[in-house]
Amino acid sequence: MDNSTLFALLILFLPFTAFLYQLFFGNKLGPQTHFVSLGIMAVVLALSLGFFFQLFDYHLTDPILDVSGEWFSTGAFTLELGFYIDKVTVIMLMVVSLISFLVHLYSTAYMKDDSRYSRYFSFLGLFTFSMNGIVLSNSLIMMYLFWELVGLSSYLLIGFWFEKNSAANACKKAFLTNRVGDIGMFIGMLLIFFTVGTFSINGITDAVASGAFEGNMQLLSIAGILVFMGAVGKSAQFPLHIWLPDAMEGPTPVSALIHAATMVAAGVYMTVRIFPFLTPDALQFVAVIGGITALGAAIIAITQMDIKAVLAYSTISQLGYMIMALGVGAYQAGFFHLVTHAMFKACLFLCSGSVIHAMHHSLHHLDDHHTDPQDMSNMGGLRSKMPITYTAMLISTLAISGVPFFSGFLSKDAILAGTLSYYHAHHGWTIFLPIAGFGAAMMTAFYMFRLIFKTFHGDPNKKVIHEHIHESPLAMTAPLIILSVLSLAVVFTLPYINPLDGYGWLTHAVGTGVHVAGLDMNHVNEGIHHAHYDAMNISLIVVIIGILVSSLFYFFKKINVEKLAGVMNLIGLYSLSKNKFYIDTIYNTLLYKPFMWFSKLASIIDWDIYDQKIVDAWGWITIKISVKSGEADYNWLDQKIVDGFGKFANYFGNELRATQSGVVQNYLMGGIVGLVAIILIFQQF
Amino acid sequence: MNSLESYLVISSILFSLGIFGIVTRRNAIAILMGIELILNSANINFVAFNRFGGMQKLDGHIFTIFVIVLAAAEAAVALAIIINLFKNAGSVDVDEANTLKG
Repeated sequence: MDNSTLFALLILFLPFTAFLYQLFFGNKLGPQTHFVSLGIMAVVLALSLGFFFQLFDYHLTDPILDVSGEWFSTGAFTLELGFYIDKVTVIMLMVVSLISFLVHLYSTAYMKDDSRYSRYFSFLGLFTFSMNGIVLSNSLIMMYLFWELVGLSSYLLIGFWFEKNSAANACKKAFLTNRVGDIGMFIGMLLIFFTVGTFSINGITDAVASGAFEGNMQLLSIAGILVFMGAVGKSAQFPLHIWLPDAMEGPTPVSALIHAATMVAAGVYMTVRIFPFLTPDALQFVAVIGGITALGAAIIAITQMDIKAVLAYSTISQLGYMIMALGVGAYQAGFFHLVTHAMFKACLFLCSGSVIHAMHHSLHHLDDHHTDPQDMSNMGGLRSKMPITYTAMLISTLAISGVPFFSGFLSKDAILAGTLSYYHAHHGWTIFLPIAGFGAAMMTAFYMFRLIFKTFHGDPNKKVIHEHIHESPLAMTAPLIILSVLSLAVVFTLPYINPLDGYGWLTHAVGTGVHVAGLDMNHVNEGIHHAHYDAMNISLIVVIIGILVSSLFYFFKKINVEKLAGVMNLIGLYSLSKNKFYIDTIYNTLLYKPFMWFSKLASIIDWDIYDQKIVDAWGWITIKISVKSGEADYNWLDQKIVDGFGKFANYFGNELRATQSGVVQNYLMGGIVGLVAIILIFQQF
Repeated sequence: MNSLESYLVISSILFSLGIFGIVTRRNAIAILMGIELILNSANINFVAFNRFGGMQKLDGHIFTIFVIVLAAAEAAVALAIIINLFKNAGSVDVDEANTLKG
């Protein structure tokens, strides 16, 4: 085993040892137990950094590591598990390890005094293990295994405060919604497997390149879309996005780690992995799903009052961006946005956690247990009290809005260029994609600045609460500072201006994408290159509009928001957004209620009719028959026939006893009579 | 008096008398006498069948002599039993000899 394999195994299994340690020995160190997890994550981060720096070695072979070993084999079928580490994996590994480490650090302060402190860290360890498994896996089947493990740890962490009914329901909802997508993914995997005979991603790519699906591209399209369904579930794309806003019931650091930066990005990462063999038809489907999600979630985010709900919908919207980017062929841009988004969205969530933490402490201090610490209408004017949180949040907000000199600008522009060039190439209805992209960009700028203004600016809405707000401790602010620095464009642009152009490090690291199922990547990349300046100009304009409108509404208060909401509501727009397009209601009416009704019907049929009437009737009949049969048995068979034999024998025995007199002469007499009788009888013949 | 039937009639009368004696009498000696009568009726049969049955040899006669010898032995044994019975029960009435009856 060479060093790379060893390091990969360590990266995968060290978080698992953290999980086991915290699970079984979590109470040994009491409140200091987090040092074990933190230490392990630091080692994982160091190992990931070791891989990461290899990126800058220009003599590096690609892939860095590709090993696999047999898991089991039955007959001709062999299942192999293994690692595949190329430059995409390394970057992803870096993102996961870094954010996981920072979230561990942040949690030591945020989760302090929680009654299940060690269990929290054990679940974080399990999650990091599963996520690293997805990142490192070389085959769809291994990815699927860890995919489900990620689903499990997400379930455990969302429902971490399971005493709250809403948290218990949210974790069930997340798990079940993900399951819908995972079934699609599994069927898709099997469809591909039955044609090419392997689960290995490289094996599938090679097989498709050599024409395994020749003349049967529809099957590959369907299989690709089905595998992509897994990403729809995990990355909260329309129509399976409904679990992510509810998942905010989990602790906020968990939201940052899982539901913003890493797990939801797993769907995007998987799509990146399967990108080479998604057919143009399947990619179009992917792009449309991404577009709908990006635009729809941005519209919903505008009217949410819960600080985490805004961020949740913004996450869905940004994930939609990434998916849309992959769909239009902007492979590099999609992956780049995954990386930049992981940084600034983790930062945003951790900032919101910091705000909630402060709100919570202030409410606790006031002995107020009814006010919602996450509702933005209870905040306002927090800037002076929490300067570090404010600065970090402002930087990451500028990044997510796509303002120049911040990381979001680089990646979002590339995506918008991708959608624009896709429209240039296809015309017609595909104008929806750039509209969705630019529209969502404008709304993102709007709702993110709305969040900033409502939370940190203006006069405090609740003066009493405001007085007791304090800046969070260093363990919480340090990750904020690191992540906000990583939201600056300069981190990603060095040593050139644009990481995505021909000399950029990302182009060097990730490449411009390989495609084997009918898409000409050179053509696509050229189109993106040409659309780049247009996209940049338009996006700058929409972002400025978004920020200006937002500041008119919430900073300068020139426009009365309630009045405007009333006007918008004349055609139902406001409540449409406020109620999340009624998607939950629709699912409730179309799926949940009929299902419950059907279950109820089935239960009535089963219990009231089948059980109570038919089954019990059999019982009743059986009892009746048994009674009758018992009576017949006793009265007739036993009393009459069986006893009859006894009585018969008894009677004749009594009668025959008289002949047994003991007088030999009588016997002799009988004998002679018998003899005479026999003689007389035989004389007849 | 020269036919088989007359001998058979005599022997069956003797046999019947013997049976009657055995069945009706309670005196053990009378029973023994009945037995002797039966044996003698059989002897008459043997001799009669030998005479009228067309047999050249004296098979029936020889049988008769054997029967007489057996009857003598039987009378000796039976009389010994009766004497012992009289000693023990004080009577030769067979109804008195019922100590084995349950």
